[in-house]
Amino acid sequence: MKIGKFLIPLGAFVLLAIVLAIGIKHSPEKGVIASPFIGKAAPQFSLPDLSQPTKSITTADLKGRWYAVNFFGSWCYACRQEHPTLMEVSRSRVLPIIGFDWKEQADSANEQDDLGRAFLNQLGNPYTLVLADRDGRTAINYGVTGAPETYLVNPEGVIVYKLTGQITKEIWEKEFVARVQGKPDKS
Amino acid sequence: MNRARVVLLVLLLATSPCALAVDSVTLADPAQQARYLALTHEIRCVVCQGESIADSNADLAADFRRQVREMLIAGKSDQEVRDYMVARYGESILYKPPFNVRTAWLWLAPGILLIVGAIVAVRIQRQRAALVDQDNEPLEEDVRS
Repeated sequence: MKIGKFLIPLGAFVLLAIVLAIGIKHSPEKGVIASPFIGKAAPQFSLPDLSQPTKSITTADLKGRWYAVNFFGSWCYACRQEHPTLMEVSRSRVLPIIGFDWKEQADSANEQDDLGRAFLNQLGNPYTLVLADRDGRTAINYGVTGAPETYLVNPEGVIVYKLTGQITKEIWEKEFVARVQGKPDKS
Repeated sequence: MNRARVVLLVLLLATSPCALAVDSVTLADPAQQARYLALTHEIRCVVCQGESIADSNADLAADFRRQVREMLIAGKSDQEVRDYMVARYGESILYKPPFNVRTAWLWLAPGILLIVGAIVAVRIQRQRAALVDQDNEPLEEDVRS
């Protein structure tokens, strides 16, 4: 009887420890919000091309092939760090990477252009296409929480993967290339 | 002396961060403004997750507020605005998550724990009272009181 009573709080403690351990294990990386967009159609957008502002690109223009969407900005330090990796993986030409130049900030429209372009001129351009999302509306539509963020969209226009934070070669191979080439990893 | 204290208090309050409105935009329609305020206090800022978008200085929070504003002006309902945010950022974007099968434990757990705790407390109290009744030694009585 006495031992039994002693076991009740111990049991409760063990139960709590298990619940918390599961919580820690299953929680996505610190503070990262899992995208509920996976398995859903990529949001509609119509944005100007960074190098030809008069030309608009829409979601429909990209349909029918795999592509990656990378939100970046010249103001974003992590994007600067990520850039060499994007340069490297883009050389394999497995799939086009569409850059969304997110919220370039400056006083005049011309200057905004220059900041995004200067960034790419200086560090190289890994993108097949760069779109200017100056007001950040498209980013919210995509559920972006912070740059850099990279999405993988399939030929049906459905988002199949989202990465928050910097991409690495390993992630690119495992999460992007493997899915595009239809390896077993595909979800 | 007392007046000096009041002046000091007023000055302190005036310079506290709470007094600085993050969001200076007001909608023309007062009813829409009220809904706007309620909604922006209900939506979590994804950059600094302890703050609502109404309180956050973050750039992204300003974009969120603009989104809410535009949707309200476009005639969307409160629920449509919430659904828009939840579709993109998940249920954790709302400070008050909806009650459904997945969140039931979240809402019910505190109540269940409170009831369990109350039952345990009552039982312990009864056992102690019974022990005291059984005990005739005056010393123990003194300890109880």
